[in-house]
Order: sequence, then structure tokens, then C-alpha cells
Amino acid sequence: MATTEGQLGDGEEPQVGWRHTLAQVRNDPTARFGLYIIAIATSVAIFSAVDANLSRLTLGAYHDYTIGEWLPVLENPETLPPPGEMQTYQPPVFAEGGSWDNPLGTDQSGRDYLSRIIYGARISMAVGFFATFLGLTGGVAIGAVAGYYGGWIDDVLMRFVEIIYSIPALVLVIVFTVFVSGGNPDVIYAILGVGIATVPVFSRIIRSRVLSVREMDYVEAARAAGVTDRNIIRRHIIPNSFAPVLVYATLQIGFAILIVAGLSFLGYGAQPPTPDWGQMLNHAHGQMHVNPWMSIWPGVAILLTIMGFNLFGDGLQDALDPRIDN
Amino acid sequence: MSNETILEVDGLKTHFYTEQGVVRAVDGVSFDVREREIVGIVGESGAGKSVATTSILRLIEEPGQIVDGEITYRDLTIVGFEEQDDGTLTPREAMLSNREMRDQVRGNEIAIIFQDPMESLNPVYSVGHQVTEFIELNRELSGGDARQEAIDMLREVGIPEPENRFDDYPHEFSGGMRQRVLIAMALGCRPTLIIADEPTTALDVTVEGQILDLVKDLQTKYGTSFIWVTHDMGIVAEICDRVNVMYLGEIVEQGPVDDIFHDTKHPYTQKLLESIPRPDRTVTELDPIAGTMPSAINPPRACRFHTRCPDARVACTEVEPRFVAVGNDADGDGDEHEGEHNDHRTACIKYDDVGYWDSVPLEKVGDRDIQYVGDRS
Repeated sequence: MATTEGQLGDGEEPQVGWRHTLAQVRNDPTARFGLYIIAIATSVAIFSAVDANLSRLTLGAYHDYTIGEWLPVLENPETLPPPGEMQTYQPPVFAEGGSWDNPLGTDQSGRDYLSRIIYGARISMAVGFFATFLGLTGGVAIGAVAGYYGGWIDDVLMRFVEIIYSIPALVLVIVFTVFVSGGNPDVIYAILGVGIATVPVFSRIIRSRVLSVREMDYVEAARAAGVTDRNIIRRHIIPNSFAPVLVYATLQIGFAILIVAGLSFLGYGAQPPTPDWGQMLNHAHGQMHVNPWMSIWPGVAILLTIMGFNLFGDGLQDALDPRIDN
Repeated sequence: MSNETILEVDGLKTHFYTEQGVVRAVDGVSFDVREREIVGIVGESGAGKSVATTSILRLIEEPGQIVDGEITYRDLTIVGFEEQDDGTLTPREAMLSNREMRDQVRGNEIAIIFQDPMESLNPVYSVGHQVTEFIELNRELSGGDARQEAIDMLREVGIPEPENRFDDYPHEFSGGMRQRVLIAMALGCRPTLIIADEPTTALDVTVEGQILDLVKDLQTKYGTSFIWVTHDMGIVAEICDRVNVMYLGEIVEQGPVDDIFHDTKHPYTQKLLESIPRPDRTVTELDPIAGTMPSAINPPRACRFHTRCPDARVACTEVEPRFVAVGNDADGDGDEHEGEHNDHRTACIKYDDVGYWDSVPLEKVGDRDIQYVGDRS
């Protein structure tokens, strides 16, 4: 092992550093495509909350309200306009009877579907990022400590992690959500639950790297120079074991989005009126034959987002592997 | 050499408890290091050289364990045992805790330079960062001062334009340059003693020569003592003041470098010297030591070298050799065994009065269970 990222032949110098990695990702068309999708989804997620124009769309039929005003309206149903004004189950613009007012149509309450998809991106991205961040932080800390010290510390930590790992993720998250939320599920508990459920994979990935990195001479040299264990783990072990974790994290974001969508579909994730793709699928599946578009749009959104993260993750993996040089 | 002794290793035993059995990697090793001198530890691969030196910093990892012996650095007890009533050995009260080892000894008193310069630098940090880290850790310097000191140290070890190379990463340096960086890191801690664990083995001969010259210069300038671990008698001759020859976990001969080379006593040292080319002697064919080193799990009885020794006699398999002074008769009183007055000592019963010369020689070396590698004709 010559460097962080793997085996190298004699005389071959590894290219390291962020600049090189990013340049490689840029040169990889599929990774770039994935990055575009992530960029679009992320900016949509951010702008759907702040852009006045888009927030008007959110209201669909109630385009006189902004989001800030719209949510209180829902909380006090008596202030709702009479049902006659709501155009429920509008088809998308290209189908018969569709209009540009609601490009993707409207849902069972007459709300604009495009704006709900866009708003749903915000939930999904937040869930993906935060849940993965939680799992990564916890997993890296546990895995690095277990791998570095070995012995009984390793045994205790890894057995604990394997207990979590042995429970199916969705079951774990549902049980966690129900218990912690005390019967009022919300997306925040889903994030926590998914974070905990992903700790095992991260800790196992980093531990396997740490086992080889801790044998490196520079770690021995740091110990011989009197560096504390904490700083050795923080400054020498983790940075040199991080590449595979980073790759896995990008893939994991997609998985987190998927699992929270599943959770919302089952009613344990985001609660109405907060739009979430999984929850939208739940509301739509009864309408599958009559209004198929209602199921297709959230599905497409989930598919594209996860595909984006997966493509980017694959590209990143290649970019971090010095044996593959574009 | 009238300099004060700074490090004393006495009867050190470091064993590894593996599933195959107890590996007696270091089995009763004693030597000392004085101020401003370079002490060599020389021996074949697997002789226990590195284990002996890492024991000094107490960096032995599981399943290894220091089981006996004393290591004293100045007035600090790095390793020390006391015997309990039931005969077991337990660490003495005075022995430094792991925390004290870390804060008081490692780096700031005793630093170490490792063999492979390719792997001894962290690939994710610039070399300047790494030198600075060690300086900040072990000296009262920080921030800009530490940075400046790091640049000075890099210049000191011969890195051209250290200001510009400060932010370069290890992979942008050649092997020799990286080894210079490692020396800068060790020396930057301003230790009293540097353990150099085969630091030039991975380098080519030209670079090795440059590094040796550099170390000699810096050693004179900073007055640092060195323990120089190597398997190369040539390096020993070039830079060491005193030498310890190790074989299978034991020191078989020790003394000033001149005595070892010109008045070689132990058969192993003799064979070791015969197996390297020397410009001062005309040799048509080098004579390697027959066979390979036996396992340290079940080392040969009595003298551990008797299985490969050309001079072995039956007594060698029966009598545990002890150190005897074999130095020249320095004060001219006719007594060649001057004990404490002479540094040159060897653990071979040829020089002891325990019946070697009355004993029957073992058969020729080749007839014993020794494997030859390749054709020796």
C-alpha cells in the first residue's frame, strides 16, 4: 500500500488531492450527469422554499396565498375556500383537459402537483443529507476507534453495531420512529432513525480500512513522537481511511431518500400537509387506474434523484482509485 | 569515551505470544548508549533488532510483551520489574506510565526514524505540516515560530528551497528527500537520542552515502546520540562508534567499532564480516553463513549459533555462554580479561574457561540439519 487509495506499481506516483479528484469527476460523463441531477435537485430544494414565484405555484388553485399564509390556512380548515373552487385531479398539461396553470396536474385536494414535487425535493434532500451525515459521523467515530484500538474495545463496539445491523433497516426505523415520537411520527424522527440504521455500514467500512492504515509507519512514527491516540485517530487514521466512506456516503444518500419515501408511504415519515414523495405515492396509489400521473411524478422524482447520487458515487469511486486514470 | 551514559538496557526480554508458541524475539539483551555517540545494532533479518529498539520506546504491540529486564533513560525508568513473593515479575512503581512515556519520553527525549521513507510520511498532509506538527508537539513553539523552525530544519537536512517545498506533499518528493524530511521531523523534536531503524535500507547506495554524511554532520552539530539499526556492516564501519552484534534475540558481541572489525572474536561476527565485500581485502569468493536463522520459538540450546557455527563443539550445545571481556590488554599488565575496563565483550565459550577446548568438535557444518539455498559449488 503506497498511499491512501490502494496499490501502486513501482515508480507510479499516486495523484492525490481534491483538485485532481474533481477534475476526474468532471471528465467522467456519467458522473457529470449524476452531478447535474444532484445540482438541480439541490437547487430546487433550496429555491422551492424561498422563491416567491414557485411558492405561488404551491398554492395551485389558491394562488392568492403565499406558503407562509397557506400553511395556517390548512391548520384552520374553516378558512378554506369552498370546495367548488378547487380543481381536483387535474391531468398534466399535455393530457386532455390539462392547463399550464398546473403543468403536472393537481392532486386530490386541488394542490398543484409540480410545486408539491418541488417542495418534496426539499424534504427528500434534507433527509438524504442529514441522515447520511448522522450515520457517517457516528459510524466513522465508532469504526475508527474500534479498528485503532482493537481487542475488547473492538469486540464490544462491533458486536453492538452488528446488533443494529441485524435488524432490517425499515423495521428499525419504524420502531424507532414510533417509540421516540410517542405516536406523532415526523420526518425528523425518520432522519434520526435512518441515521442510526446506517451507522453499522459506515463503521464496518471504515474499520476495515483502519486495520490496514494503523499499521502504516507514519502512524507508528506519530506514536513514537508522542502524539496522543485521539490526535492519531483524528489526524492520521481517519483522513487516510476516508475515501471509501465518502464514496459510500453518496450512494447512501440515495438509499436514505428511498427509505424515507418508503416510510412516508407507510405513514411514518413526513406528515400532511408537508409534501413528501413517498407520502404523495401513498395518496396516489388508490388512483392508479384513474389518474396514473399522480403515481408517476413522485416515482420519477425519486428515481432521478437516486440515480443522480448513484452515478456520482460511481464516478467518485473511480476518481479516487488511482489505478483508474481518465 | 568518557561521556555520560544516557540509556541503559539490561537483560531486556521481549516475547511474542503467538498461536504457534512464544517467540523469544529479544531474549536477554544488554547494551548502553552514551552521550554524543552512534551505537550500532547489527544482525540478520529476524535477529530482533527492531523489536529491541521499539521496546525502548515501549511501542511493542499485542501479542508482544516486554517480560523482563530494565531500561533506564537518564533517571527515568522506562522498563523495570520487581520480583513478587511468588516469584512472578511485576512492573515496578517507578516505571513510567503510558501517558508519561508519551509526554516525557517519546519525541522530545527519544525520537525514531523508520526504515521506509515511502510509508513514514502521511500522504494526506504536506511535509511542512508534518514537520511543524512534531515541532509543536515536542517543543515550546507554535504558529509562525514553529513554521519557521520547520523551514530551518528542512534547510538543515538539505532540502533545497524549503520555503517553496514546505507545502508540497510527500508523493512529490523522491525517496532520499523523504528520508531527509523524516530526519528533519526527528531532529526537529530536539531529542537526546534518535533511534534510526534501517533508515537507508530502502535507498540506493549514492543516496545512502549522502544521508550518512548528513547524519554525521548533524550528529556533530546537535550532539544527538543515535542507535543505528542495520544489517549492513559497511554502514556500521562508516558511522558507528560502538556496535552490538545481534543473533536470534541475543547480543553475541559488543564493543568499539575498531575492535569488532579488526579483533573480531565471535564466530558469528567473523562470518558476518566474511560475507560482505571489503575494499581492504582481496577476496575471490564471498563466504555466506550456512543455513538460515533458526526459529525464535524453539531456539537452539545453549549457544544459539551452534547450529551454523564453523567452530561449534559439543560444549557449545551444553553450556550457556556468558559475556566475557575480550578486549586487548589496554593497560599492559598482562591481564587480557580486564572486565569493566574494556568495552569489547563477547558471548562465546571459546573465550571462557568452561571446557570448550576439551570438547569434541561437532561434525562439519554441512552435515547438520541445515538447508542450503541453491548450489554452493
